[in-house]
Amino acid sequence: MSSLNYAAPKTAEEAVKLLAGASGLAKVLSGGTDLLVQLRSGRLKPDLIVDTKQIPGIIGIRQEGGGFRIGAATPGVDLEANAALKAAWPGVVEGVDLIGSEQIQARCSLAGNLCNASPAADGVPALIAARATCTIVGPAGTRTALVESIVIGPGRTSLAKGEFITEFQLPPRPAHASDAYLRFIPRTEMDIAVVGAAVNVVLDAGGVCQDARVVLGAVAPTQVIVEAAAKALIGHTLDAATLAAIDAAAQAACKPITDKRGTIAYRIKVAGVLTRRAAAIAFARARGETPATTH
Amino acid sequence: MSKHHVSTTINGEPVEFLCETQQTLLDVLRNELNLTGSKEGCASGDCGACTVIVDGRMVCSCLMLGVEAEGHTVTTVEGIAQGDHLHPVQQRFLEYAALQCGFCTPGFIVATKALLDENPNPTESEIRYWLAGNLCRCTGYDKIVRAVQAAAADVRGEKAA
Repeated sequence: MSSLNYAAPKTAEEAVKLLAGASGLAKVLSGGTDLLVQLRSGRLKPDLIVDTKQIPGIIGIRQEGGGFRIGAATPGVDLEANAALKAAWPGVVEGVDLIGSEQIQARCSLAGNLCNASPAADGVPALIAARATCTIVGPAGTRTALVESIVIGPGRTSLAKGEFITEFQLPPRPAHASDAYLRFIPRTEMDIAVVGAAVNVVLDAGGVCQDARVVLGAVAPTQVIVEAAAKALIGHTLDAATLAAIDAAAQAACKPITDKRGTIAYRIKVAGVLTRRAAAIAFARARGETPATTH
Repeated sequence: MSKHHVSTTINGEPVEFLCETQQTLLDVLRNELNLTGSKEGCASGDCGACTVIVDGRMVCSCLMLGVEAEGHTVTTVEGIAQGDHLHPVQQRFLEYAALQCGFCTPGFIVATKALLDENPNPTESEIRYWLAGNLCRCTGYDKIVRAVQAAAADVRGEKAA
């Protein structure tokens, strides 16, 4: 009656073999919070679902060499519950925490949020701002890639047939470093980003920015790294001129669409505002302060 | 392909069932196991009417395959009461009339039970954020929040207000 097959392999090698050898469409299942909706709507008609959650290490968070390794299928609620991760990378954690409800948080994963390849994915901008990498397994072996190289368009990734992500890596944190992610939605919870902005900074002891990365979501077909905003931050404190410069840089980097959540002009305006606000939070955190956040 | 044979624990009892890959846990609960308390509202994870607890965490059973339940422990709204003795959440939802049509209620009951298991002393803001994944089109939520606060006091062993 049904031609949809399911496998829950116990090793990454076995999963690669199944995905690479599938005759029709094969889909990777982690938390399923996007995949099952697409299955149900008929938008996707796979022949095989490969559930990765039995693979050792694919769920869990480990601290290593000052950085973090996060299993690709680790649910959002586990990131939120990890105090060390939250202290080092609060922006990454607050981005993931914005994905869906508590029910969704028990299932949604970084790999799923990334590979669903939505321009509005809340988990992705802060990962890119963090210069996070991911481990990819596939028929040709194992490789490491920057997270920013994965999404190449709405719903499209650079992963080849048979490839999937097993783990994400966040680098070690120097002193006076932090990050923040803000998104704008028309209500308080449970909506898709009109704009998302992630800012990751390293300051010196005097509060002057030494390194920065600014990434926007939902304002272009893929996440946008705003180089000009990072340049405007480096060598400066967050004074009025710097804030104006990053606002302008963020606005200039947007190539948004108009849809029911916002117009082009509105998204561009909000991108500038969110970049300023996210930078203020990241700077305050990097100085050791605990800024008030909305959620 | 042949059906999957799944062994699981549902509401404290060992349960085995057969299902096809595309059957969600919600499909299995309602159509194979006759546990029709969990409701299908949106079938996309937005409304929470299908909320169940899997290994201590609440999930939308419409967003989980039945076959994924293998080896896991599931609690549905049918498993919240102890025999004829209602859980404080159920009792307070009745007393506070925290429902009108009742379609969303099983999801709210399960989600509230999960909240109070984790945090028996939530603030109103925490209650509202926790329940953001449960939609109710009748009550305007206020009666639900009051019922949750009263149930929380019961769970903490405080005298009823």
